[in-house]
Amino acid sequence: MNPADLKYAKTHEWVSLAGDVATVGISAFAIEALTDLVFMELPVVGKQVEPEQPMCEVESVKAVSDVYAPVAGEVIEVNESLPDNLEVLGTDPYGEGWIAKIRLAAGAGTDHLLDHAAYEKQCAEEG
Amino acid sequence: MRNTRDTQLLFVLSKPGRRAGRLPACDVPTADIAELLPTAAVADAPPALPEVTEPQIIRHFLNLSTQNMSVDTHFYPLGSCTMKYNPKRNERAAAMPGFADLHPLSPDAAVQGMLHVLYEMQQYLSEISGLPACSLQPAAGAHGEYAALLVAAAYFRDRGELEQRRRVLVPDNAHGTNPASAVMAGFDTVAVKTLPNGGVDMDDFRGKLDDRTAVLMITNPNTVGIFEPNMRVIADEVHAAGGLVYLDGANMNAILGITRPGDFGADMQHYNPHKTFSGPHGGGGPGAGPICVTDALAPYLPAPIVERVGSGSSVVGSQESEHNAAATNYPLPPTLYRLSYDRPKSIGRVRSFFGNVGVLLRAYCYIRTHGPDGLKRVSENAVLNANYLLSRVKHILPVPQGDRCMHEFVASGSKIKKEKGVAAMDIAKRLLDYGYHAPTVYFPLTVPEAIMVEPTETESKETLDAFAAALFRITEESPELLHEAPHSTPISRPDEVQAARSPCLCARWD
Repeated sequence: MNPADLKYAKTHEWVSLAGDVATVGISAFAIEALTDLVFMELPVVGKQVEPEQPMCEVESVKAVSDVYAPVAGEVIEVNESLPDNLEVLGTDPYGEGWIAKIRLAAGAGTDHLLDHAAYEKQCAEEG
Repeated sequence: MRNTRDTQLLFVLSKPGRRAGRLPACDVPTADIAELLPTAAVADAPPALPEVTEPQIIRHFLNLSTQNMSVDTHFYPLGSCTMKYNPKRNERAAAMPGFADLHPLSPDAAVQGMLHVLYEMQQYLSEISGLPACSLQPAAGAHGEYAALLVAAAYFRDRGELEQRRRVLVPDNAHGTNPASAVMAGFDTVAVKTLPNGGVDMDDFRGKLDDRTAVLMITNPNTVGIFEPNMRVIADEVHAAGGLVYLDGANMNAILGITRPGDFGADMQHYNPHKTFSGPHGGGGPGAGPICVTDALAPYLPAPIVERVGSGSSVVGSQESEHNAAATNYPLPPTLYRLSYDRPKSIGRVRSFFGNVGVLLRAYCYIRTHGPDGLKRVSENAVLNANYLLSRVKHILPVPQGDRCMHEFVASGSKIKKEKGVAAMDIAKRLLDYGYHAPTVYFPLTVPEAIMVEPTETESKETLDAFAAALFRITEESPELLHEAPHSTPISRPDEVQAARSPCLCARWD
């Protein structure tokens, strides 16, 4: 997936929308900031999520960090192989490194998310 | 000059038949182990323990001990941990046989000296915190948080509000123990945002405070070394919403004798005696995390509490005193202090016996040595040292929270990361080569590439100047050199990823 075509939450999750299903992951910037990842807890399939609410956790040698749901809906699929292959978050964060697929709740959208340019600007400010 | 031979693993040094000590011949009847234990309980073979001589053991451990850094050997500006020097007189006092050799099940009448000290310790901690009731039991700061939240839960249960008040608000720059303690005590945690200046985001706080709030846990001064600008307003609003304010006392070292949590709105707090007073740092304990609370919360404190008896006669009647009388058959002085178990609303014991009294004794001795004026000077010097070092470091690494701090400050390595690819971790590791323990890095998470420096009051201006000079030299060094640092330690960079992903935590005898 091309990062330029994705939408982003301020909390560094990316979203790719196809129909009413959003594929969600974490951005290369966030993975770089987290440094070496050691553990990932996937969301539970069937979980109802809300924007800005923690969806799952990722642990690096620095800290345990929440991954926030970028959209409202239901988790319908998770990347089962990810916890055993955390390297792919570094090598292919926007492809193999996807975390979950969320079916959007009725009326939910992605308008509240940042486009690539706005997200890049935020990252530059965070340094 | 380093002896690397004797610091090899004891298993490598082992030679069959070597002994550090030999037992005399057994002078009692012996039995075969098969007769004493069922077969299933007997190991197939004895454990393969290393066989070494006494000099080998001494050289092994003594040489290993010199390969570490400690506050007795190096400047240790580990932010948040307050690695102040521990005066040796406190160690000597705690080791006195009258304290160290007491049996924990001794009757009150036989340990009046110890109870007297612990009673005074409760009084002192209450006076310093401005919170009148105290429990010395919790065995660590986080244990104190947990115990205090159980006290809060008992208070709300008593008022019939526990079902409604499920939430604990925690600012996002808090120590990780705060949300962990809240969850352990059965609450849900809600993170409150903080502003770039380190203070609580009042809009976010007000949006999250409501009648579901049980407790706000706040660290003040906070983890970026700032005294919360809106502390009194925050406490008043939590109280108006029917909640309680918990003060994480990790940073009491900055405010001793200057202000008191009870005076700025806290209902309960814990102390970390090793940070605020004196006691062993780290090592996994033993530790202590005494808590102080308001009168309204006092009935729920862990039992027992040390009480002073009005006169020698009023002891009679409790189960304990009858037990005491039966257990002693020699004359004892009048019982002025006793362990009070008669606390029907108490959450009960949180620790066996009376907590880790050896740690409390060191802190008691520290408080008595300094006295009220001395403790105030401790804090003034801790804040002065931190501000002096901040004034030097801010020209080397940016300090986002500004030009003034309390006991510690958080510099950011994000500029040098961007410009040279040097991470906070690289700087921390390189400081070891210069003979300084590294500052805390990557905490709090609200500051990118955080480098958290806390000099404490026990360091001289010369030490602080030398540290700042070392930091400056490091920022001028080549990134390649820094990526590989430390270069002078016995072990350079352990594989933290491997250690976290596949930890090997069991002893193996093969």
